[in-house]
Amino acid sequence: MRYIPNSAADRQQMLAEAGLASVDSLFSGIPGKLRLRRLLDIPKALTEPELIEYFQARAAKDANASPLFIGAGIYSHYIPIVIDALISRSEFYTAYTPYQAELAQGTLQAIFEFQTYIAQLTGMEVANASLYDGSTGLAEAVLMAHRLAKKDRFLLARTVHPEYRAVVETYAKNLGIGIELIEYTPDGRMDPEKLEAQLQKGGTAAVVVQSPNFFGTLEKTHDICELAHRYEALSIVNVCEAVSLGLLKAPGEDASEKRTADIVVGEAQSFGVPPSFGGPHLGFMATRERFVRQMPGRLVGMGKDYAGRRGFVLTLSTREQHIRREKATSNICTNQSLCALMATIYLAAVGPKGLREVCEQNIAKTAYAGDQIQKETRRRVLFPAPRFNEFVIEYDREQPPAGLSLSRFYPELGHAVLLCVTETARREQIDAMVKGFA
Amino acid sequence: MSKRVSTHFSLNERIVFEEGSPGRRAFDLPALDVPHRDIKELIEPELLRAEIPGMPELSEVDVIRHFTRLSTWNYHIDLGLYPLGSCTMKYNPKINERMARLEGFIQAHPYAPAGRIQGSLDIQKTLESCLAEISGMDAVTLQPAAGAHGELTGILMIRAYHESRGNPRKKILIPDSAHGTNPASAAISGYAVESVPSNAQGTVDLAALRKAVNEDVAAIMITNPNTLGIFEAEIGEIALLLHSHGALVYMDGANLNAMMGITRPGDFGIDVLHINLHKTFTTPHGGGGPGAGPVVVKKILEPFLPYPVIGGKTDGTLFFDYDRPQSIGKIKAYNGQFGMHVRALCYILANGPEGLKEVSEVAVLNANYIRAKLKAAFALPYDSPTLHEVVFSDRRQAHHDVHVWDMAKRLMDYGFHPPTVSFPLIVSGAIMIEPTETESKQELDAFIDAMLAIAKEAEEQPEFVKAAPHTTRIGRIDEAGAARRPVLRWKPEE
Repeated sequence: MRYIPNSAADRQQMLAEAGLASVDSLFSGIPGKLRLRRLLDIPKALTEPELIEYFQARAAKDANASPLFIGAGIYSHYIPIVIDALISRSEFYTAYTPYQAELAQGTLQAIFEFQTYIAQLTGMEVANASLYDGSTGLAEAVLMAHRLAKKDRFLLARTVHPEYRAVVETYAKNLGIGIELIEYTPDGRMDPEKLEAQLQKGGTAAVVVQSPNFFGTLEKTHDICELAHRYEALSIVNVCEAVSLGLLKAPGEDASEKRTADIVVGEAQSFGVPPSFGGPHLGFMATRERFVRQMPGRLVGMGKDYAGRRGFVLTLSTREQHIRREKATSNICTNQSLCALMATIYLAAVGPKGLREVCEQNIAKTAYAGDQIQKETRRRVLFPAPRFNEFVIEYDREQPPAGLSLSRFYPELGHAVLLCVTETARREQIDAMVKGFA
Repeated sequence: MSKRVSTHFSLNERIVFEEGSPGRRAFDLPALDVPHRDIKELIEPELLRAEIPGMPELSEVDVIRHFTRLSTWNYHIDLGLYPLGSCTMKYNPKINERMARLEGFIQAHPYAPAGRIQGSLDIQKTLESCLAEISGMDAVTLQPAAGAHGELTGILMIRAYHESRGNPRKKILIPDSAHGTNPASAAISGYAVESVPSNAQGTVDLAALRKAVNEDVAAIMITNPNTLGIFEAEIGEIALLLHSHGALVYMDGANLNAMMGITRPGDFGIDVLHINLHKTFTTPHGGGGPGAGPVVVKKILEPFLPYPVIGGKTDGTLFFDYDRPQSIGKIKAYNGQFGMHVRALCYILANGPEGLKEVSEVAVLNANYIRAKLKAAFALPYDSPTLHEVVFSDRRQAHHDVHVWDMAKRLMDYGFHPPTVSFPLIVSGAIMIEPTETESKQELDAFIDAMLAIAKEAEEQPEFVKAAPHTTRIGRIDEAGAARRPVLRWKPEE
């Protein structure tokens, strides 16, 4: 076998030196009646050329002949080549979790840089080393707010990604956490009056809002944070489309702390991580400094070695499962380190100006696509509020020619379609997509 | 001599925020091919930000050199052995990476029409059936993002199962040798945790377990082989005991590498098990993630799997089936860490049935070889036969005030990553070694020589060992200091 170095002769010699009779005797601790007396019934071994053929045949089936204009939490952005070149270095991808700081300064410093980038982009004081993805990140944010507020009631905008809401429900239901949904207005935003009416009832731990929301509409997150704080609730802002942070006012940025988020959480797949059929992606979380000990997930801190040299180390791990076990802040035991590295390289490569340009192109192309739909087809664009790179149009059949039918998530919208247009869509592709809806 | 460290150049590198200069860039986009729009006309100005303070501007060369230099500061499996017990760091085959990067896979969207994702679905379905066969179970979800996430999924399914029978029950039993994530996963599923002691052989104390089991117990969470590397030989009796009280058996699959083709959890009474693809099935650790933690279950738990599951139509086409009324719900958006699924399947198909069995045999042989060679120098707290890993203690070296952490750091000077230390918690000063099957006799011998040399140093020059490492690019970091006043982000100097 090509991945096992020891030959039959090596193995015989090792058995002899260890005083063992045979390979089979190594398993004497497993009772005979529990031993499998046949070979596993899985496909027979393939050689490397056969493996390539096997996987290429399947990948070819899914290769995109034309763009699908589907976003819904997973965005197709241009990925600079340098990312793949650097993360393909085995020093990064074949390294272990950096528990031994002296042998893992590369990973540790890269995570420290990621934490800084996320803090800058969200306008928050501190960020963690990443979480599994945006959906579990939002669930962790709810559990964190639950620990901080010591109240059980959460108000979630119905415009939050429906699968994210489902994950929050799964995490919350055995911990006595109640989730109430706040409806949207005809312009496609969380209804502030309905939110206030629910807040007036009292006992709210936190309000959760997403911007751009699942319809692609920009929420007035700062107004919502202010409203939540007025009723002594925490505010959680969820960001599925991280690229938007390059142009939109950061949830943590305002002259008044009352108007800023307590926890910003989201999905950073847009920063150089491919869609990859739903994963791996990259959850992020940022918060105020005073909440850091309740923040789940890993943290890298800057420190000094005994000679006074700057170095990096995993820190504040007393919050984590391997120390506090059932009292831990969460059961998370990992982060998405390699994806966080991809995002860090992406941000280093695009810089602040490149990121802004990506945002501007997304907005312009989305506006163009929306205008063309109105002009060239009889379909209406729903929800007039400002948008980033997604929008919803009326539709009447089950299978849209492009985009995602919303009937599974928002039955009241019928067969309305969510369309996503990023900088990767060329004008003629947008025009062809528009024609499909005529 | 066994020390393979020598000096060589190591370039210093500043933090990325201290690099670059305004006006540099490593990125460009084609010119906008639709009419330009003034952003302020499309979006309320109050929703727009001015600039992002502190973000550096770099050229492509700057980016490449910065991260390449950082990369040289990492130890990694392609460089040498990682003898990490319980973490299973084995070689990551290169073909896995190439296959996971095929354009059709990385651009696939899980919400695309079924006709456009048959290849990706086929990968997931085939991986599911392989994992079910390897573990001896009936049904699979690939959704969990990591091992601990799989634990949560499994316990939530156990809860849903008991609820469907009228009572979720109150507590989960966990042996004291368990992974720290086990109690945490049980707790966030709303269960109380009760610890079960180990006996003198290092396995679950059956008499104590008999006393602990009653109708309030929802399940036991057991690791097998356990974290000492010992097979729980009474697992059949343990499963019978739990089942006779209506409780279920959850197995932590962290140590599956010891048993592929040798014995199957489904055949010894396990009801639900998570599998760490990044351990047994060579998807890389990536410096801490992404992982993947599929969960395999017996038939009785199938209705509770997170939705969607992969269904098949009579014409052979596959689809995501969201219509699962008894499901625990969603545990993650979409359906798991697909990139890891490609890598794991690639590894399984590269090995086949004979190959996987050989993997386990050689992994166990390598661990027992190390055990035999080191037991004269290090204390072995449990003498029971071990499989893929072996746990020593620092008891003998502690007489010279040299502790496991010191020896771990000293091992770096010999060119090795340290083993897992201070775990499992039931062994004081634990040194937990797992070589895996991808290490040659020569690599193992070099490691053994290094360990023996350190044992000797601990007797002869303990102060030197306690000051290790001596050759790494930075010395031991003052962790207490870093935690007291945490600096978690870069800020410009004022």
